[in-house]
Amino acid sequence: MVTRGFFSGRRPPSDTDTRIPPGQYLEQGFPVLSAGPTPRVRTEDWSFTLKRGPRPLKTWNWAEFNALPQSKMTRDIHCVTAWTKFNTPWQGVMIDDILADAGIEPPTAYTLALSFDGYSTNVPTKDLVTGKAMVALLYEGKPITPDHGGPARLLVPHLYFWKSAKWVNGLQFTERDEPGFWELRGYHMYGDPWREQRYSSDP
Amino acid sequence: MSAEPSPQSPWQAATITRIQKRTPRVTSFWFQPMRPFAHLAGQHVDIRLTAPDGYQARRSYSIASAPEAGAVVELAIERLDDGEVSPFFHDVAAVGDEIELRGPLGGHFIWEESDGGPILLVGGGSGVVPLMAMVRHRTLRNTAVPVVLVFSARVWDEVIFRDELIGLDDRRDGFDLVLTLTREPARRPPDYSRRVDARMMAQAIERLPKAPRLAYVCGSNAFVSAAADALIGAGVPAGIIRTERYGV
Ligand SMILES: Cc1cc2nc3c(=O)[nH]c(=O)nc-3n(C[C@H](O)[C@H](O)[C@H](O)COP(=O)(O)OP(=O)(O)OC[C@H]3O[C@@H](n4cnc5c(N)ncnc54)[C@H](O)[C@@H]3O)c2cc1C
Repeated sequence: MVTRGFFSGRRPPSDTDTRIPPGQYLEQGFPVLSAGPTPRVRTEDWSFTLKRGPRPLKTWNWAEFNALPQSKMTRDIHCVTAWTKFNTPWQGVMIDDILADAGIEPPTAYTLALSFDGYSTNVPTKDLVTGKAMVALLYEGKPITPDHGGPARLLVPHLYFWKSAKWVNGLQFTERDEPGFWELRGYHMYGDPWREQRYSSDP
Repeated sequence: MSAEPSPQSPWQAATITRIQKRTPRVTSFWFQPMRPFAHLAGQHVDIRLTAPDGYQARRSYSIASAPEAGAVVELAIERLDDGEVSPFFHDVAAVGDEIELRGPLGGHFIWEESDGGPILLVGGGSGVVPLMAMVRHRTLRNTAVPVVLVFSARVWDEVIFRDELIGLDDRRDGFDLVLTLTREPARRPPDYSRRVDARMMAQAIERLPKAPRLAYVCGSNAFVSAAADALIGAGVPAGIIRTERYGV
C-alpha cells in the first residue's frame, strides 16, 4: 500500500541495498535499548558459567576468561527496532573456544544466554558454534561500555540484536527451545532479520 | 469459487479519524484500524510508510489511549525537524488518510490494574505517551492504586496532555502529578525546575503511601539512563524498574 504524500529521500545508497534486511534502515550511531537500568558489573565480580540445565559445567573469572584465545569479528548488526549498522568491530572469545576450554561438545540443541540483570534469550546451539558467535569483550578495540553490555556481551550478529545478550554471565544448554525474556513478551523465538522474524506472529 | 485462506499479514490499514495539536511540537493522531484490536496500557504499534517506488520506513509509536477507550487508538507524535517519519505526520498526514500499522506490540513495558501498586512513572518529553495510557487506564478503571507521575519537559507549553493531567491531579484520588521544567521556573507548588535527580525521585516516592511496587521510565535514551540512575540513587531496586527507550 503506497502512503499518500510519502516520498522520502532517506534511501540507502544502492550498493548497500543487499546488506540491509527488509524493513531496516541504515544507522550511523549506535542506539541503546534495554528493558531496565544499566547494570554496572565490576570485572572483580564478573564470572561466566556454562550450565546444562541447572548443573554448572565450568566457571571462569574475568582473568581466566580473558586468557582464552581471542578472535575478531566485524559484522553488520540488525536491531529489531529497525536500525542496521554496518561493520561493527568486536573482539572476544568464540563460543567454540569456550566449549573447547571446558572440554565438551555442545550437549543439547538449544541454549539460553543468561545475563547479570536476569535477562535471558534463547538461541539454537547450532547458531552459536562453528564460528558464528562470540562473547565479546572489546568494541572498536576498547572495553565495551556498560550501556552497550560491558564488561561482556554475547554477539550473534546474524540474528536480531536482542539475541546478543548484554551483561552476559553464562550459557545454559536446555533440552527444549525455552523462550527467554523478550521471547516470553511477544518477540520471535528465532529472530532472523532476513526473514523479518520480529514478533511471535511473524512466520 | 473457493479461495485458499492466506496467512493474514500482521500489517493492516488504519484510517486517521482526527488530528489535534497538543503542543508546538507534538500532535495527536487517532487511528481507526480495519481490524480492531485490544491493547494493554504501555504497548506500542509499528507504523510503516511506503513510497511509490516501494521504499518503506517504519517506526514505533506508543499508544496514548487507554485500553478502555475503544478501537480508535491515539498516537502522540513529536516532530523531529530532520527526521524522516515524524515530519511526514506533521506536514502531510490528513484526516481520512490510510496508514499501515501493526500491533499491539510489546509485553514488558505495560501496566494493568491487576499488577497493583503503588506505581512511580517517570517520563521525559514524548516519553510520557505510554505513561499517559497507564494513567488513563487507572482513571477509567476507577481504581485507588496510588500513582505518581514525574514528567520532565523543557517548558510549560511543551507539557503534553497538560490540562488533562492537571485535571486528574486536582481530583486528589491517589494520582499525583509532579512536573519538572528544565528551561523555565516551576509554576505549581509540587513542581521543580531542573533535570531529574535522585533527590527528586526520593521526594516523589514520599508522595506514595508506601514504596513503589513498580517504576516505569520512558523517553530518549539519555533521559532514561539519567532517570533510571536517579531512581537507583533514591534506593529503588533495579529489578522493579522497567524502561522504554525511544532511541535518539
Ligand atoms: C517503543 C517505542 C515507542 C515510541 N513512541 C513514540 C511516541 O509515542 N511518540 C514519539 O514522538 N516518538 C516515539 N518513538 C520514537 C519514534 O519511533 C521515532 O524514532 C521518532 O518519531 C523519530 O522518527 P523520525 O523518522 O521522525 O526521525 P529519524 O529519521 O529516525 O531521525 C531521528 C533523528 O536522528 C537523526 N537521523 C537519524 N538518521 C539520520 C540520517 N540518515 N540522516 C540524517 N539524520 C538522521 C535526525 O537528526 C533525527 O533528529 C518511539 C520509539 C520506540 C522504540
